[in-house]
Amino acid sequence: MHAAVLVFPGSNCDRDLAVAFEKAGAKVSMVWHKDTGLPDGVDVVGVPGGFSYGDYLRCGAIAANSPICGALKEHVSRGGYALGICNGFQVLTETRLLPGALRRNAGLKYICRPVDLLVGTADSAFTAGYEAGQQITVPIAHHDGNYYADAETLQQLQAEDRIAFRYAENPNGSVGDIAGILSANRRVLGMMPHPERMAEPAHGGTDGAAMFRALLDQMVTA
Amino acid sequence: MKARVHVMLKNGVLDPQGEAVKHALGALGFQGVEGVRQGKVIELELADGTTEATVRDMCERLLANTVIESYTVELG
Repeated sequence: MHAAVLVFPGSNCDRDLAVAFEKAGAKVSMVWHKDTGLPDGVDVVGVPGGFSYGDYLRCGAIAANSPICGALKEHVSRGGYALGICNGFQVLTETRLLPGALRRNAGLKYICRPVDLLVGTADSAFTAGYEAGQQITVPIAHHDGNYYADAETLQQLQAEDRIAFRYAENPNGSVGDIAGILSANRRVLGMMPHPERMAEPAHGGTDGAAMFRALLDQMVTA
Repeated sequence: MKARVHVMLKNGVLDPQGEAVKHALGALGFQGVEGVRQGKVIELELADGTTEATVRDMCERLLANTVIESYTVELG
């Protein structure tokens, strides 16, 4: 598997994400935001956490209009995989590759702590290593993780089994306790929690590692 | 020429910052503050002749996230 990790000014989880992909056995290329294309043979694009462009205007809004995001959209339209974590999830909603938006946390505070998640579906390359309903612990670290989608979109996400993760206890006001969602073709995942920060024993837990392993398994057998 | 764009969260989208400001005004003793919505104002310096349609296109593509935000444009 060949993973590309996008790097924007202000990204700060790009190397953590690269390490998580590498530990699972992937080849990783770091790709600068001004690049207009992805390296040949990229299977999955990782959009990392951080504060791209200082969160100016809206979180993820400037990054979503950067040159590399044009290449990201082409990759996804060809059926390529993409994983957006935290600021990466915000970028994926701003590009409209995923529906909805992420608002300021309901409690207005930046929240940085491990949270319990419930796996919503095992039916995706990202979540195939879990069982639906399984509880895992992964950290969150965000100020704007309050997921919003209108009632119609929410119903569609539920009907199509596209809610990848829910919070066991809602920390930020997200509708439907949503922590992560899948695209209609199930190949794009956006989530606020950080699986790459819970991917080896030194992190204090390894619940996030299964996502990267599952993704690799999917690519190897595909 | 100038344009001024007002961006607000849509009605029905919870505005936690507006709520916090409302509570703070109450704490200062201001009575009767029944609602506060917080938005942003973006001032643009534009070449003469720029149309409102162009500014609205800027709003749709970047300045507002129309999933949760509405906008108004004032020219001149």
